Amino acid sequence: MNVSTSPKFKENVHDALRDESLQRALGRLKSGFQVNRANAISKMPEFEALRDQARDIKNHTLENLDHYLLKFEENVKANGGHVHWCADAAEAREVVAKICRDKDAKSVLKGKSMISEEIGLNDFLEKQDLKVVETDLGEYIIQLRHEPPSHIIAPAIHVHKEQVAESFRETHKGRDPNRSLVEPRELLDEARDVMREHFFAADVGITGANFLIAETGSSVIVTNEGNGDLTQTLSRVHIAIASLEKVVPTLEDASSILRVLARSATGQEMSSYTTFSTGPRRSDDLDGPEEYHVILLDNGRSNMLGTEFQDMLRCIRCAACMNHCPVYGAVGGHAYGWVYPGPMGSVLSPSLIGVDEAGHLPNASTFCGKCEEVCPMRIPLPKMMRHWREREFEKHLSPASFRYGIKTWAFFASKPKLYRTVTGIASKVLSKMSRGKGRIAKLPLAGGWTDMRDFPAPEGKTFKQLWAEKQSGKGGSK
Amino acid sequence: MTPSKPRVGLFITCLVDMFRPTVGFSAVKLLEEAGCEVDVPMDQTCCGQPAFNSGDNASARKVARPLINMFADYDYVVAPSGSCAGMIKKHFPELFADDPLMAEKVQALSDKTYELVSFLTDIMKVDGVPAEFDGKVTYHDSCSGLRELGVKEQPRKLLNSIKGLEIAELGEPESCCGFGGTFCVKYPEISGKMVGDKTRDITQTGAKTLLAGDLGCLMNMAGKLAREGSKVEVRHVAEVLADMTMAAPPITGKEGE
Repeated sequence: MNVSTSPKFKENVHDALRDESLQRALGRLKSGFQVNRANAISKMPEFEALRDQARDIKNHTLENLDHYLLKFEENVKANGGHVHWCADAAEAREVVAKICRDKDAKSVLKGKSMISEEIGLNDFLEKQDLKVVETDLGEYIIQLRHEPPSHIIAPAIHVHKEQVAESFRETHKGRDPNRSLVEPRELLDEARDVMREHFFAADVGITGANFLIAETGSSVIVTNEGNGDLTQTLSRVHIAIASLEKVVPTLEDASSILRVLARSATGQEMSSYTTFSTGPRRSDDLDGPEEYHVILLDNGRSNMLGTEFQDMLRCIRCAACMNHCPVYGAVGGHAYGWVYPGPMGSVLSPSLIGVDEAGHLPNASTFCGKCEEVCPMRIPLPKMMRHWREREFEKHLSPASFRYGIKTWAFFASKPKLYRTVTGIASKVLSKMSRGKGRIAKLPLAGGWTDMRDFPAPEGKTFKQLWAEKQSGKGGSK
Repeated sequence: MTPSKPRVGLFITCLVDMFRPTVGFSAVKLLEEAGCEVDVPMDQTCCGQPAFNSGDNASARKVARPLINMFADYDYVVAPSGSCAGMIKKHFPELFADDPLMAEKVQALSDKTYELVSFLTDIMKVDGVPAEFDGKVTYHDSCSGLRELGVKEQPRKLLNSIKGLEIAELGEPESCCGFGGTFCVKYPEISGKMVGDKTRDITQTGAKTLLAGDLGCLMNMAGKLAREGSKVEVRHVAEVLADMTMAAPPITGKEGE
């Protein structure tokens, strides 16, 4: 599994906020993803109803997960494919390695797959002397830069095109050193040209899956570059890796969810390519892999079933939550420190790597609710972040000073008379401290506030003091 | 025979009580002018949100429980805050979900709890206020009020009824200001970045006054504007609607004083 830097979240944030290149790149979220999604949805009056439908399909599936997974397995086998049930990342990696060994593979092509990031597949395969090439342009760029993705659908969103050109010049040897790599088109053409050689030489193609369809035994991927199709049809062996919750009962169900997926993600009506893979090449097929394998990976999902985190398993990885999240927009994906950033990651990561490891993530939210507002699957993300905070509080993982602060506050807030006295004194003292200026620039023990902004001073007396005075002045008190 | 006036229990909110009583008196004035009889239970403290959002549900319940009885007999409970009203309306039922003895009372309280401005327009059918205000204001949609309670058009409707007042909308009125309760002190750097984006947006509107319906957000934005030396004045929307801007200087005072 990938090593996380989530415990260092605050340091990561500190660095991210000072990274000018990153900050410039993050500005693109608003003009790109947010505007495009809003446009796509404004053209679809039934979008809200589709969200309900999508949520209901997944809820039904999750309630009957065993049934649909077994049905999926049965149909994959009937089509001549293989299914591998894997409990954790290590098992999944080993299955992939074994298939590669059995086929005497030298090279592995990858379609974009977050699950392979989750299990740290590339590093593992490279240690087995396999050449691994990412075929999604964004993934290819960050592979060249030896970085993890910073976004689940736009993995290189933090990279500028000048940096891409730099990586290409370093890596793509034997080309004209004076060639122009300025326009995105030029970068794209070069990447495509390089990629073509890899496609023809590929032994094993590995993809993720956006859906697994129980009734047909198919895996489905959506892409915009067509690289996923080539990865899975040109390779001798296709391995699709998917976590358990990717299954849906029928083709019809997959198409219903597809209607909300691309609109929520990129603002497209549909992604450019939606590819259904059903078994290996049949005798009369023109192309396709000789072998078709599906790895059904649990890696912590079954532990979420039946808990307050089950709803998270509805997630279809559209990234709408992070595209609209003010925290993600401020710090970018790498700061979160593990594979899944943004609100969905703040809920999912603690489930997968432990809340003691990823504890900052569900806390680093203002609960503004924007993520839930845009989630096509109606996942109550803020509520689930709060559930993680409950678990942390129960397990005494929150800082002692913070716990003590909350308990002390609760003590006063549940003793009305004492509370009135204490707040009365506090109002007066703080008001005096402002020396009539209405604000305090530096306040002891409140550095978190005053490092960033002034502290507004109270007016002087509390409302309750003034109200009581007014009532007694009227001659009748409450 | 005139129907009896609805009895409103004012939930002051802990921030208004301690920092900005003028908002409380503005709320009382608006409610009375709308035809309500207003009462203020003196034993109220806080809605419990700081504990609830920190995962300390036991403390949240401890603070919330007395409120449920204290406000049981009013026709309505009204708070000059979308955040605190949202806590009572949306989250009290979750907080007491496993307590069947409380469930009915909590639901009854939830059903009759409202944020001030939307209560005036949606329940009391107020469509204008007799206030005066000269100048351009901008309005920030606080997250809880907006997304939990649907407060969006209501404050604009009442503000637009004020002669001389013009609303200059923010580029992103629905973007969070970065307050988030304890968030702003737990993650000050992120909060600082968010409120900095917000104050830039505020400045670009050219408005002289920033208004919103939640004191937490207002203190955050006012504190940042003051730190930047901005001349933009910050007030709770109720102060303007109740024509009580003379009762107190803007939040963080006037620049240069």
